[in-house]
Amino acid sequence: MKTENQKAWFFVLPVLLLVAFNALVPIMTVVNYSVQETFGNNVFFWQGLDWFEQILRSDRFQAALGRQFLFTFLILIIEIPLGIIIALSMPKKGMWVPVCLVLMALPMLIPWNVVGAMWNIFTLPKIGLLGYFMNDVLGIAYDMTQNPFAAWVTIIVMDVWHWTSLVVLLSYAGLVSIPDAYYQAAKIDGASPWKVFRYIQLPKMKTVLTIAILLRFMDSFNIYTEPFVLTGGGPGNSTTLLSIDLVKIALGQFDLGPAAAMSLIYFAITLLVSWLFYTLMTKDDAQ
Amino acid sequence: MRKRSLIPILYIAFLMLPIYWLVAMSFKTTNEILSGFSLFPQTFTLDNYKVIFTDPSWYWGYINSIIYVSMNTVISVAVALPAAYAFSRYRFLGDKQLFFWLLTNRMAPAAVFALPFFQLYSSVGLFDTHIAVALAHCLFNIPLAVWILEGFMGGVPKELDETAYVDGYSFPHFFVTIFLPTIKAGVGVAAFFCFMFSWVELLLAKTLTAVQAKPIAAEMTKTASSAGYELGLLAAAGTLTIIPGAIVIYFVRNYIAKGFALGRV
Repeated sequence: MKTENQKAWFFVLPVLLLVAFNALVPIMTVVNYSVQETFGNNVFFWQGLDWFEQILRSDRFQAALGRQFLFTFLILIIEIPLGIIIALSMPKKGMWVPVCLVLMALPMLIPWNVVGAMWNIFTLPKIGLLGYFMNDVLGIAYDMTQNPFAAWVTIIVMDVWHWTSLVVLLSYAGLVSIPDAYYQAAKIDGASPWKVFRYIQLPKMKTVLTIAILLRFMDSFNIYTEPFVLTGGGPGNSTTLLSIDLVKIALGQFDLGPAAAMSLIYFAITLLVSWLFYTLMTKDDAQ
Repeated sequence: MRKRSLIPILYIAFLMLPIYWLVAMSFKTTNEILSGFSLFPQTFTLDNYKVIFTDPSWYWGYINSIIYVSMNTVISVAVALPAAYAFSRYRFLGDKQLFFWLLTNRMAPAAVFALPFFQLYSSVGLFDTHIAVALAHCLFNIPLAVWILEGFMGGVPKELDETAYVDGYSFPHFFVTIFLPTIKAGVGVAAFFCFMFSWVELLLAKTLTAVQAKPIAAEMTKTASSAGYELGLLAAAGTLTIIPGAIVIYFVRNYIAKGFALGRV
């Protein structure tokens, strides 16, 4: 049981100051912009909640939000089961375990724009390995700069390549923490592999899987650099996810008011969903 | 058993393919890349690497990145240690709210912060310095470090603290000579994650720098725009960005799974 000690605040103070400097000032700037109109020269006019209304009603925002949810949904539905399957089939001990872990973690340590550039080089028709293989060996027309469907498949596959290992490593950490005695007991009872998974492995992986889903949700919902470098949001607007659209409005058109309102709506959605996961997770911790 | 190990092997092969292609491209001449498809470099060349290692604007990109990533790792872990200890050992007013608020900063989309960050760091005169990027990356790395360290510290029984105090240790003495060595795996993992997320992030790093502290990843965009033109150079620069990650990951290989579980396994 933790003891009550208000002096603990002093331990937290440096963290509080550093994060507050980085978080509060910028977020207040965003809030400021979101309720004002400016014509440059630092002259501002009170705008109220007009920007919020305008953004929420605009087809462009709704389309980007729809694409964002579709992207995140596809990422979760592919990466989570795939990660569990790979973790289940990995060896539990032996010299190959660290080799597997290091190789699997490698994609996560590559700078995000290099990931985008790498997949660009990989998928170029005629030049890239995948582009060549699809077009010239299999005879399937594949060019993600022309075909929206190809662009979508490519950004999904790229993200699966980039982040499935996170789910694998988390699930694996959960699996190796199961004592051998559990499996022996299951064997004596004659439990089928499915039953072992459902009643022994899955409950043990519950905490780590919650973390995996939380992290994958947050990161795929906030994704910017990789698809931006790979497709630039195109062809047309077909892969313009929420972050890409936001940066286009803020830095491309310099519409600070609408961009700020959009930022706050965006952040609020991320917060709401993440908060749901967080309460689920801390409930588990308490037990 | 044989059939089962096929799955990780296929998965790793899938992971290695684009990396192989990047590395193979970096050893090809521009001519060879543009003239058609070849699985292995036909005319093996080191010219692309030579360009990077002789042009200061290229190799300074690496040095800049390493400088701000190291600064960020040291700052994040140093301030996260006492905070994580407080969260794992004490109850205090607003502790749960504070912990969640810290996490919300890990959730914020970087795109939301790009422009305000530029204004903030310009107004305090830190624009285009290493420390600006290091401080900006604290936004998401400190919460992560606190979270990981708190997980690892939670696994250390409280009796350890109490025995030390009974034995007459002062808090700083106990923390440095007894507690830190006990959780050194956690410190390593937290440092690894700070390194990793600072190393891979580009949007903020690029927004906050112009010349003096420009990261390598931003340097690369100058070739990326000219599609097909300097692909070999781009591939070589990309290959070199993989190496630091591969080195640090080797040191934490036994703890990485636990680290990704944020110390909660």
